[in-house]
Amino acid sequence: MSLRLRRAPAGAHYGVRDWLAQRVSALIILVFVLLVGGLLLLGRHLDYGAWASVFAPVPMKLITILAVAAVAYHAWIGVRDIWMDYVKPAGLRLALHVGTILWLSYCLVWAVQILWSV
Amino acid sequence: MTNPNASRPQIRNIGFGELRNYRLPLPGVVSILHRISGLLMFLFLPLLLWLFDLSLSSERSFDRFLAFFDHFLVRGLLLLLGWALLHHLCAGVRFLFLDLDMGVERAAARRSSWIVFAVSLPLSLVLGLFLFGAFS
Repeated sequence: MSLRLRRAPAGAHYGVRDWLAQRVSALIILVFVLLVGGLLLLGRHLDYGAWASVFAPVPMKLITILAVAAVAYHAWIGVRDIWMDYVKPAGLRLALHVGTILWLSYCLVWAVQILWSV
Repeated sequence: MTNPNASRPQIRNIGFGELRNYRLPLPGVVSILHRISGLLMFLFLPLLLWLFDLSLSSERSFDRFLAFFDHFLVRGLLLLLGWALLHHLCAGVRFLFLDLDMGVERAAARRSSWIVFAVSLPLSLVLGLFLFGAFS
């Protein structure tokens, strides 16, 4: 009984949501890596013009941002799990969680800035 | 009353001191390397974004980006990160199949662990040969 009571407030299925998000983001990243990897293998001689023209069209910018966002979310779940497994002091763990969120958010915004300046 | 738990084996996390005499099965090696490779890519994400920025900003920065590859330590680091990506992808695809209840028996799980290494390591070797100029 006490176990049940203790479990209840944790609810809202956030474990299932993270599990699913980890797999959906993984598939987005996989497709993007295959796409860009294929482009790199096809384009034998890569100069600046050819490379920049890959990321110039808006659809490619959007696809790339989707992939970076997937990386950020995927990395958040994965790295958070690592902190939860190995870092026991609550204060340090909280600091690492907050730092990870801030850092990954910054990376996402940075990627937007890089792409939209091409 | 005897303690009902007394006869049961105690299952606990292994400590760091026990790691040396603990034989990790192959699927366990795939799993821990999945974690290590993921953390590695997370830690070097700023370097990769910086390189991406350098490669796209301008013609001059693109030349600086190429010059950056001249240093063999940079090539070594990129090879390490390339291996991390390849292992993480291959092991990740294996985990997706396990999620679908495919290959969860011991023999099949061992075989798919071998396949992960059989794909990721030769591809890493090809990447290494490319980075260190075998194809230029």
